[in-house]
Amino acid sequence: MATFDKNDDSVVVIVGSGAGGGTLGAELAMKGVKTVILEAGGRHETEDFQNDEWGSFGQISWLDKRTTSGSWRVAKDFSGLPAWIVKAVGGSTIHWAGASLRFQSHEWKAATTYGNVPGANLLDWPIDAIEMDPWYAKAEDRMGVTRTNGIPGLPGNSNFKVLEAGARKLGYNEVHTGRMAINSEPRDDRSGCMQIGFCFQGCKSGAKWSTLIAEIPKGEATGKLEVRPNCQVLQIQHNDQGKVTGVLYADKDGNQHLQLARVVCVAGNSIESPRLLLNSASSKFPDGLANSSGQVGRNYMRHMTGSVYAVFDKPVHMYRGTTMAGIVQDEARHDPSRGFVGGYEMETLSLGLPFMAAFLDPGGWGKDFAWWMDNYENMAGMWLVGEDMPQETNRITLHATEKDQFGLPVPNVNFDDHANDIAMREHAFGRGEAIYNAVGAVKTFRTPPYPSTHNLGTNRMSEKASDGVVNKHGQTHDIKNLFVSDGSQFTTGAAENPTLTIVALALRQADFIAGEMSKGNI
Amino acid sequence: MTTNPNVTRRTALKGAVAGLIVAGTGAGGLVFGHGNAWAATAENLDADTFATLVQMSRDTYPHSRLDDSFYAEAVSVLDTAAKDDAGLKTMLTEGAAKLDKEAMGLKAASYRTMSSEDDRVAILKSMEGDGFFQKIRGNLVTGLYNNKKAWPLFGYEGESASKGGYIDRGFNDIDWL
Ligand SMILES: Cc1cc2nc3c(=O)[nH]c(=O)nc-3n(C[C@H](O)[C@H](O)[C@H](O)COP(=O)(O)OP(=O)(O)OC[C@H]3O[C@@H](n4cnc5c(N)ncnc54)[C@H](O)[C@@H]3O)c2cc1C
Ligand code: SF4
Repeated sequence: MATFDKNDDSVVVIVGSGAGGGTLGAELAMKGVKTVILEAGGRHETEDFQNDEWGSFGQISWLDKRTTSGSWRVAKDFSGLPAWIVKAVGGSTIHWAGASLRFQSHEWKAATTYGNVPGANLLDWPIDAIEMDPWYAKAEDRMGVTRTNGIPGLPGNSNFKVLEAGARKLGYNEVHTGRMAINSEPRDDRSGCMQIGFCFQGCKSGAKWSTLIAEIPKGEATGKLEVRPNCQVLQIQHNDQGKVTGVLYADKDGNQHLQLARVVCVAGNSIESPRLLLNSASSKFPDGLANSSGQVGRNYMRHMTGSVYAVFDKPVHMYRGTTMAGIVQDEARHDPSRGFVGGYEMETLSLGLPFMAAFLDPGGWGKDFAWWMDNYENMAGMWLVGEDMPQETNRITLHATEKDQFGLPVPNVNFDDHANDIAMREHAFGRGEAIYNAVGAVKTFRTPPYPSTHNLGTNRMSEKASDGVVNKHGQTHDIKNLFVSDGSQFTTGAAENPTLTIVALALRQADFIAGEMSKGNI
Repeated sequence: MTTNPNVTRRTALKGAVAGLIVAGTGAGGLVFGHGNAWAATAENLDADTFATLVQMSRDTYPHSRLDDSFYAEAVSVLDTAAKDDAGLKTMLTEGAAKLDKEAMGLKAASYRTMSSEDDRVAILKSMEGDGFFQKIRGNLVTGLYNNKKAWPLFGYEGESASKGGYIDRGFNDIDWL
């Protein structure tokens, strides 16, 4: 593993080691580019992961202070925890469930396809399915996605079998155990899935792809990548010409350092990335870096979500086995006759008893609530995830008074559901319940959204500099050697879980950055 | 969650204990259940407050499969936290007193001697928005459901990696579909 000097201004510095940053760093290193990843969290290896929901939450979650506002229910239920994100080497790919779906072609062109949706700040992506096809193929191979590259699907657990039986009775056809970045058989020096059931807590068998175990070690092996854990970036600095020159960061003891850089790539997930750009405001860029459009922090998306849990009169043991290896895709299409634009997926989901108590019905209590917990063994569960509408007012801003441990303004996350999101959620709840009722559910429950796991859109990609923050390569419109490399680039969210797309974009961006560097353009 | 030394279970787990759960309180902060099935020591709260909070905890999340000592154990967590948190101690003491006051108004009985669960729950319902109620409820979310000893009683098996996961232990063994 390499170590680079803080005064080495020839390195690429990446902020964050998750899906975007970890992939980009490894890929750049494999192309021979000297790269330093600064990661705010610590490095926990596979053996450190805990099969314990709260234990793991305390170990790796991003728990720095954040505030919320707006009419979304998360602001009421979890006012200090708008998002469920990891602060550790590997980022949220340690938590993630592995569902790896490509966008549908029309989803790259949401503005054109959906037309005028009042209140929505829709825009077409400046790229399309044809452009992304080879990058998706490369990402699927890298991540070992099941049902691609000849990799068999995972076996279905009991939770999946309930979903599948109900879905088939309703006439749904696209029902299977998902395209999962989880080995169904040993591959890429990682073992096959042991059906442990704690995918959200960091996979202890190594079957699940993460940047921590699958990308970063490959990057480090080249001798071109240094990952510096416990280093939180506070500010991106620039020179008089308006080019970025390096980043200021705090190490684990709170001591501050300056790391010089030739290129800076921001990949701190969709709350921290815009926050960092805003916190880097200067006399030259008074509204924050790369913010001439005023779009930094805006158009925050979190997917339309919700869950349906059902109790049956016999055991399901939904927590046994892969958490999200099960999907119904028939409702993912765009079909405005349902009363909304865009579509949604239905995916298996289970929570352990401790998280079920916290998330089934936040704030719920009494006999009715206790009944659900009493029937935990007989429960099946699914997650609903669909496209939500970007809105300018859904945004990350710097808090006027609250400061973090480094004295920097904390981010506030403001969110209101769009009418389209609400209509879609209503439809999805209904279909989810119908699936379980078709196989004899005793009762079903509509669980409201959890703290956001899919955080997107706050530095969006646009053709024109006035519409967004980055161009089609994730390069900021305003500053040539400043890039955005995570989910905050998303122009629109599509129905699919985002990570495969984040990884594909990072691989594509690595190619672009390496090319521009060798041409001397950056 | 580790076993709380302040709560002892004198007999093996019993099923539902109908009705009221605390038999009495004694000197030195002692709180004991019916048939001497369990006992707890209030270290920082007074024994009556502690006992009232145990009853309130069961009324908040009533599970016949849980022995009363589980609720006492959850209350012990607050009792311990009250040691260095005067504000919390006041909140809990005043909250329990308010429960009693409401109960006296309704049935001329203290909260924990009020025999109807519906009456007790009605009082809780009227206080649902209070910080006190939310403190007790929030504490139970982890104090009760994250108590590893309670997991098997709910059919939750917990950690599985050390047992090789469920690949050979029934991940897909559903047989009734
Ligand atoms: C429980 C759960 C389940 C999920 N399941 C799926 C799924 O099945 N499929 C799917 O597609 N997606 C899933 N996701 C979402 C997925 O994890 C994210 O979409 C993805 O990881 C986001 O990538 P990212 O690069 O934007 O950010 P992250 O992966 O979150 O990485 C950001 C990193 O940046 C670091 N960082 C932030 N700010 C700074 C700073 N100032 N200085 C230094 N470092 C910083 C953070 O500590 C973090 O490590 C899930 C998420 C969760 C929480
Ligand atoms: S179910 Fe499979 S992927 Fe999930 S934690 Fe277990 S071994 Fe890993």
